[in-house]
Amino acid sequence: MAFSRKQHTDRSYDEELADLRAKLLTLGGKVESEIAESVRALAERDTKLAEAVLGADREVNRLELEIDEKCRRLLVLRQPAASDLRFITTAMKIVVDLERIGDLAVNIAERAIDLNQSPPLRPLHDLTKLCELCQKQLRGALDSFVDADADKAEAVIKDDELVDALYHNLFNELLALMMEDSKNIRRANSLLFVAKHLERLADHATNVAEMVIFMVRGTDVRHPHSRDEV
Amino acid sequence: MNNGSKKIEVQKLNAWFGATHALRDVSLSVEQNSVLAVIGPSGCGKTTFVRCINRMHELSPSARQSGRILVDGQDLHARGVDPVDLRRRVGMVFQRANPFPTMSIYDNVAAGLILNGIGGKHRDLVEKSLRQAALWDEVKDRLPQSPLSLSGGQQQRLCIARALTIGPEVLLMDEPASALDPIATAKIEELIRELQESLTIVIVTHNMQQAARVSDWTAFFYLGELVEHGKTEQIFSNPREPRTEDYVTGKFG
Repeated sequence: MAFSRKQHTDRSYDEELADLRAKLLTLGGKVESEIAESVRALAERDTKLAEAVLGADREVNRLELEIDEKCRRLLVLRQPAASDLRFITTAMKIVVDLERIGDLAVNIAERAIDLNQSPPLRPLHDLTKLCELCQKQLRGALDSFVDADADKAEAVIKDDELVDALYHNLFNELLALMMEDSKNIRRANSLLFVAKHLERLADHATNVAEMVIFMVRGTDVRHPHSRDEV
Repeated sequence: MNNGSKKIEVQKLNAWFGATHALRDVSLSVEQNSVLAVIGPSGCGKTTFVRCINRMHELSPSARQSGRILVDGQDLHARGVDPVDLRRRVGMVFQRANPFPTMSIYDNVAAGLILNGIGGKHRDLVEKSLRQAALWDEVKDRLPQSPLSLSGGQQQRLCIARALTIGPEVLLMDEPASALDPIATAKIEELIRELQESLTIVIVTHNMQQAARVSDWTAFFYLGELVEHGKTEQIFSNPREPRTEDYVTGKFG
């Protein structure tokens, strides 16, 4: 595709696009740190930190509204085309995924608060790994957007398999814990929710990566099998 | 109707005004019953391009051209092709509506028939053309009046009706809506879509949203060169050439 570094004849259009981009990066940074903190609150049994995540999500919601408003404004006033159109439609889609990731951070933080009321279950190696991997996926998706790097985005999409595999291992491990002793059920169930939230988070990261490929190359890589039916 | 076949084929077309090289090696074809939009900044050669298709370019003093243009496979400059006859088959509508000011609305439309010596029931043909141009309901009770009593948009549709009476196969439109208000523009755009059923249309426009709305194919010209020619949706959503990208996103000049 044709990607141009030139400026728009109307410079204020450049400024508006730059502002939209800056807001998206801020939002990405915020949900990334929300996830990092909710995961840390869980690992370090830090209820105060978990409560801070619940408060921080309001800022994410506010940014989502601002970004939507900006996109609508650009669409109606500028009637964007080509790479500008793809950037703005991508922004409108990934903002939804990013906001949902923020919600998942809140869900994980709530589970952490609940789990911190009881003594810990035995350490789960795969949960630590899942936390790390999902954060890496989110970072990869955000980086691919920042750098407009479709190759990076492709790597994120591919690595979602690893997330799913890890989630299934963890699911079985937690199920075994529940069967071992019914006193484990409440805590193992909470951890299962955490694992599910992390797995969903990675799916949203995949969505972001798919849109980045569309933004950069102009090709839609989603649902290849449904494409023939369109 | 013969969809998918080539109505117009342009091969290595070059055009000059004196020393000015206005078109450089332009080759493209236009499918039958399709709408081709020609876009590009002022001076890019888009008007010259359409004026070559009905041999109007050669009417300018100091004009020259080379290359070939075929309509239905026939070379426009082949021996025995009469340019007047050609312009009957390849009609043209201009930026400024140019009705004959001293004739009535009716006579404006009938003029094409009279000038071309076409006999038969003129009244029926005039009504048919005015209906095709989506103007009949607005003028049917005022046919003897002056065309200057019509609005700009109505005058433009009157000129389209005049071009249609003689049954052209191709309609060239040079900025047909640039002097019109949004409602009149929308009527012209709707009309283009209707006329496409029976004609092949080439439209020059500075209005890129208009090009995107009315055309199936888009050609982007710059400095006399055909930079990119593709499906309209592709040109406006994912152009291949950086110069097209710059133009459609507003990064020129």
